[in-house]
Amino acid sequence: MLQFQGTEDYIASEGLIRSVNIAAALQKPLLIKGEPGTGKTMLAESIAKNFGMDLFIWSIKSTTKAQDGLYVYDTVQRLYDSQFGTAGVDDIAKYIRLGKLGEAFKQTQKSILLIDEIDKADLEFPNDLLWELDKMEFYIPETGETVKALERPIVIITSNAEKELPDAFLRRCIFHYIAFPDQDMMRQIVKAHYPDMEQKLITYALEVFYKLRNIPGMSKKPGTSEFLDWLQALVIGGIAPESLARELPYAGVLLKKTEDLHLAGL
Amino acid sequence: MFTDFLYLLRDYGMKTSLNEWNSLLDALELNLNNASLLEFYYMSRAILVKKESDYDKFDQAFFAYFKRMEETDSFPQQLKNWLKKAIAATPFNKEEVDSIWGKMTLEEIRKLMEQRLKEQHEAHNGGTKWVGTGGQTAFGHFGYAPKGIRVLGEGHNRSALKIAEERNFRDFRNDDVLQIRQFQVALRKLRLLSNKDDAPKTELDIDATIEETSKQAGLLKIVMNRPRKNQTKLLLLMDSGGSMWSYADLCSRLFKAVQESTQLKDLKTFYFHNCPYDELFKAPSCRWQDRVKTQWILHNIKPEYKVIIVGDASMGPSELLEVDGNIDYYHGNAKSGLAWLREFKRKYPAIIWLNPLHYKLWDDYFSAKTLRIIKSEFSMYPLTVSGLEDGIRELLKKSI
Repeated sequence: MLQFQGTEDYIASEGLIRSVNIAAALQKPLLIKGEPGTGKTMLAESIAKNFGMDLFIWSIKSTTKAQDGLYVYDTVQRLYDSQFGTAGVDDIAKYIRLGKLGEAFKQTQKSILLIDEIDKADLEFPNDLLWELDKMEFYIPETGETVKALERPIVIITSNAEKELPDAFLRRCIFHYIAFPDQDMMRQIVKAHYPDMEQKLITYALEVFYKLRNIPGMSKKPGTSEFLDWLQALVIGGIAPESLARELPYAGVLLKKTEDLHLAGL
Repeated sequence: MFTDFLYLLRDYGMKTSLNEWNSLLDALELNLNNASLLEFYYMSRAILVKKESDYDKFDQAFFAYFKRMEETDSFPQQLKNWLKKAIAATPFNKEEVDSIWGKMTLEEIRKLMEQRLKEQHEAHNGGTKWVGTGGQTAFGHFGYAPKGIRVLGEGHNRSALKIAEERNFRDFRNDDVLQIRQFQVALRKLRLLSNKDDAPKTELDIDATIEETSKQAGLLKIVMNRPRKNQTKLLLLMDSGGSMWSYADLCSRLFKAVQESTQLKDLKTFYFHNCPYDELFKAPSCRWQDRVKTQWILHNIKPEYKVIIVGDASMGPSELLEVDGNIDYYHGNAKSGLAWLREFKRKYPAIIWLNPLHYKLWDDYFSAKTLRIIKSEFSMYPLTVSGLEDGIRELLKKSI
């Protein structure tokens, strides 16, 4: 059986590793929720790398429809082509373009499908995909073809918790909430990204970072990616670790909102 | 069977259904590599819990259930089977193993292990001789042997309980999580699809294309159209403060649902205290500096807006019926509250009243008098999911 272990540049918690393996074993989609900047999207990349599989990313926007992930039939192109008698115009299949879900189904090898930020789409969007994700197949009426996954892909779905997802959809998923990493975990993450960074700087920076996160009323708490950027800024700027106790250089990298900067006393 | 765990979870307030429960039973049939109570904890949590705010309920139920199991050593048979099955990763003859290892004393086993450790120079998993995991010698862990020394990994059973007991997700516990989804689903029905908009033309208009192409005697002319969009505009008037405090939670749920329903073309929200008078307010605090002239609203907000008034319609009769009846002593009103309400009714044909007060109390509440008057003027619905649905149906009927 496949066993996900995390990769060098992606530190996963014990619980997350287990959830991934359970989802893979039960062949159910894995729904990942968590604060922004906890590495939800990175997870899929890491799994793909770990298992050596191809990764298909379907990024959801507010206008995305379930159909887009399956296939698109380019009627207009076909009509234009028909006017000029272009060869192959009688072949509908030529004008069917598979979406990310369709592509993943067509793979002969097991692949990873990431449905990123599913909460961005319309309220009913997840419900429109129930059958496709359950059965891993869909029907194209234009060609009469049924696209069925040869190898059920491992499906990872991320959500920022902007919207509640429908119960029927949730019932079909394995769920994991990525809690914000604690200091030790964060240290490991930093180490994975910047192996040569000075320990002292990391210690001081961590202290300041978690203090900032704990200020009540922060409207946008800084996340892991902000912290990593900030560390890099500190190194580039040649900031002495000790000075972090007194001032907060490059605060704009961590805090993106004026109210938050005020809250932090800046 | 340990179906009682399912019921315990439900007692703790989780909405676990048979669907997930079956998935868990399926998972127990699988040969997952390691099996321990800790593994079972993570597995059942991943399968049964669907939102972070339920983690804590799960932890509590898990602890309560398996603590008792552990104390009385009465683990459910299915779980035992699973633990046993997964442990026995390599097939072996139990009797034989028992006969070899069962006869030895612990002291003998320890000596043998030390000796073997000296001989062994690499990691080892599954087998009958070496120290490793998943095998059938009396040393190592995750293995089977009637007696033995656990080299590593002891406490797996206990540590699942420890993790559950720690309740790391306590902060997420939020028993009154705003269940706004149902309201949103109801609000979706409030739509008026139309393509009178300025969006790009991305949809093929088949009828027009055929028509135009025919006119050109078969020379293709493609006509594109704008996708249809919801054109509903909504004016929301909310009673705020005073007797409405008791329903603040319910009302904010509705407000959030309305605010987040992206399909509305426009949303305007104003607040009033008890009854709308000469002025309405832009913020729920109803402070004087946030005021807007009601006349201005009636003048500027077009009658195509659908109007939802949210309020308990409970006030002193003079507040509704009299000039200067305003509860705010310093700011009188030239027209009575009821007169203002009638203005709204006249201007906006699609108007409903949602009342957070339980409908059974509509008749015998202390201010049933004002409620009755308002109810005779407006279609009044209880502020519940079904009430909202009924109200929206009414709004759509009266569309202009």
